[in-house]
Amino acid sequence: MSGETGDGAERSSTQGDEKPKITPETPGTGVGGASGPTGASNASSAGAVAFGPQELRRPDVTGAVAGRAREGMFGIGGSGDTSGFGGLRLPAYAPAPSERPFGGWFDEVVDETTAALADDGGADFATCVQQVTVDRGEMTWYVDREHLVRLARTLRDDPALRFEFCSGVSGVDYGEGVPQQLHVVTHLLSMTYRRRLRLEVALEVTDAHCPSLVEVFPTADWHERETWDMFGIVFDGHPSLTRILMPDDWNGHPQRKSYPLGGIPVEYHDAEIPPPDQRRAYT
Amino acid sequence: MSTTDEPRTDPYAASSRETTEGRVYTVTGGDWDEMIDQTAGDERIVINMGPQHPSTHGVLRLVLELSGETVTDARLVIGYLHTGIEKNCEYRTWTQGVTFVTRMDYLAPLFNETAYCLSTERLLGIEVPQRAETIRVLLMEINRIGSHLVALATGGMELGALTGMTNGFREREEVLHLLEFLTGLRMNHAFIRPGGVVQDLPTGHEERIRAFIKVMRERLPGFHKLLTGNRIWRQRLEGVGYLPLDGCLALGVTGPILRSAGLAWDLRQVDPYLGYEHYDFEVPTDTAADSFARYLLRVEEMSESLKIIEQALDRLEPGPVMVEDAKIAWPARLSIGADGMGNSLEHVRKIMGQSMESLIHHFKLVTEGFKVPPGQAYVPIESPRGEMGAHLVSDGGTRPLRVHFRDPSFVNLQAAPAMSEGGMVSDVIAALASLDPVMGGCDR
Repeated sequence: MSGETGDGAERSSTQGDEKPKITPETPGTGVGGASGPTGASNASSAGAVAFGPQELRRPDVTGAVAGRAREGMFGIGGSGDTSGFGGLRLPAYAPAPSERPFGGWFDEVVDETTAALADDGGADFATCVQQVTVDRGEMTWYVDREHLVRLARTLRDDPALRFEFCSGVSGVDYGEGVPQQLHVVTHLLSMTYRRRLRLEVALEVTDAHCPSLVEVFPTADWHERETWDMFGIVFDGHPSLTRILMPDDWNGHPQRKSYPLGGIPVEYHDAEIPPPDQRRAYT
Repeated sequence: MSTTDEPRTDPYAASSRETTEGRVYTVTGGDWDEMIDQTAGDERIVINMGPQHPSTHGVLRLVLELSGETVTDARLVIGYLHTGIEKNCEYRTWTQGVTFVTRMDYLAPLFNETAYCLSTERLLGIEVPQRAETIRVLLMEINRIGSHLVALATGGMELGALTGMTNGFREREEVLHLLEFLTGLRMNHAFIRPGGVVQDLPTGHEERIRAFIKVMRERLPGFHKLLTGNRIWRQRLEGVGYLPLDGCLALGVTGPILRSAGLAWDLRQVDPYLGYEHYDFEVPTDTAADSFARYLLRVEEMSESLKIIEQALDRLEPGPVMVEDAKIAWPARLSIGADGMGNSLEHVRKIMGQSMESLIHHFKLVTEGFKVPPGQAYVPIESPRGEMGAHLVSDGGTRPLRVHFRDPSFVNLQAAPAMSEGGMVSDVIAALASLDPVMGGCDR
């Protein structure tokens, strides 16, 4: 597949690795999450772990890591780089926790949820929601999965919140090596107050279990089946968690970053064009 | 294996074979009564309808459990049109993503593009120029008419109203001709791009669009004449596929189905985007919550779309159609001349010969793509079928980390069992047609 054409050298450096940014000479250590299964809460402690020549995570940022660290500039590694650009490093992105005041209705929703959670005597807001992020006018709560269903029920039922509509549930895979690489993203909508809220649950890939929201929002049924199908995230409590888009006897979960895109090289004007997942990416 | 003794001559007659689950019949036509006779009075039948069936609105498979002719249990099987578009987008630049998402809901390609681009633009933190905004609204509303016409046409066909189908597709052809004139393609336009639209509307667009409005104003009332007062049409649709408001909310149903249950929830008005707050239009609602109400709403929405198109034409001011940011917009503006060919020779000469920096920028932007700051965005818009949301995640690179579409067809189809269980088999068809699912969007 590679080596026949002129650009075989650069492609061979990315063989078998669908994210070609990681330099081949230090496999596995270039990624921000190589520190192992650090949770969202202790992500900052990863600063003590030595990655190599440079720290790849911003030491000031805690919370859910949502991205991978980058090295180099042109998608080429292992060549005799004399420009210096190949040594550029960018730490993994982690959405920063927002500080009060969040602005707009965001504070009100947090206050009301805090009060509602306190009323029924369970875990408080700080326990349920590990991090609040307001970014680009959208509010995201990084939720502890133990409290997801109760939180969703509170958001749906409390008269001051009324998130009565679940737009959808889907997954995000941030790639191998990122701590808690699988995220379950739920978009809620309050038709009463015309507000939107995103609940995000970060999961370890080795323990990809998330409680199901079907009992609170029946519409989550197919969404969760799709997320199971595509990401292999098990929704505990789902009435019938079966594949929905892929055939029933399919192996693997296609939207995982570790799952290859597939594709074959194509001949075009006497040149061989590599499949999309093996083409050079510039990041 | 044949079930009758005499040699079979009817090629459409039912055949059957024994399986571990019982006898399985394959019916491709022929006489239903004969089929029933063969089952020897067994009242409970499980019917597999689809995935290739003219009445299932695409490659949708229905598993219906029947008691006599009453549906006691309905299950939907989807995934026959799963194309992996979301995964593919992760290996393409942000601009190339448009050409993929436009193929999801193939009856509403411009809505896919707009949702994707609005989400990308929120990630980029840019605002598109006024003219691009208006062009997007204009194209989307033309597209909405086309999509609703297909809903009426295929719905009519599935119920046996063939003139409804021929008229619907004839009218839709006007829409496709117009879109071809405006964007270059009938479907899968890839016309709306992050940062604006790919090029300005061609000369003569205003006359063509005004002529289109005139034609549609004449022809849309024809649906009322043909179908609305038609007794068979009413009897097939009224009270069929009933789904009240609480059912809609619990099942996440949006669009005309939600509005037929009485909630005037249209994102164009409750959460305006692209300057929809400046347009004067109504959101038709009904309270019958049945298939007939949804049919009426679609016809009315087409008239409202015509009003929006007219206002959008009036709002079209000369100006750029792409952001000025040289890190996003291509310096070599692609356009199609009057001769149908690409850029003029002078333009290409200037870009290629005199402006070295433009050439470099163009090359870098086309091969690498632009970088999008890390983060995530969810932007919903009102597609003909309801809330279409694009959830995009960027990790700071030139390719999306995740592209997910909350497609209304996918969500609304979940309501089909609730709409059809307890009814007749024929009502399943009417209920499904009123949902107007597009399997390309549903399976993505």
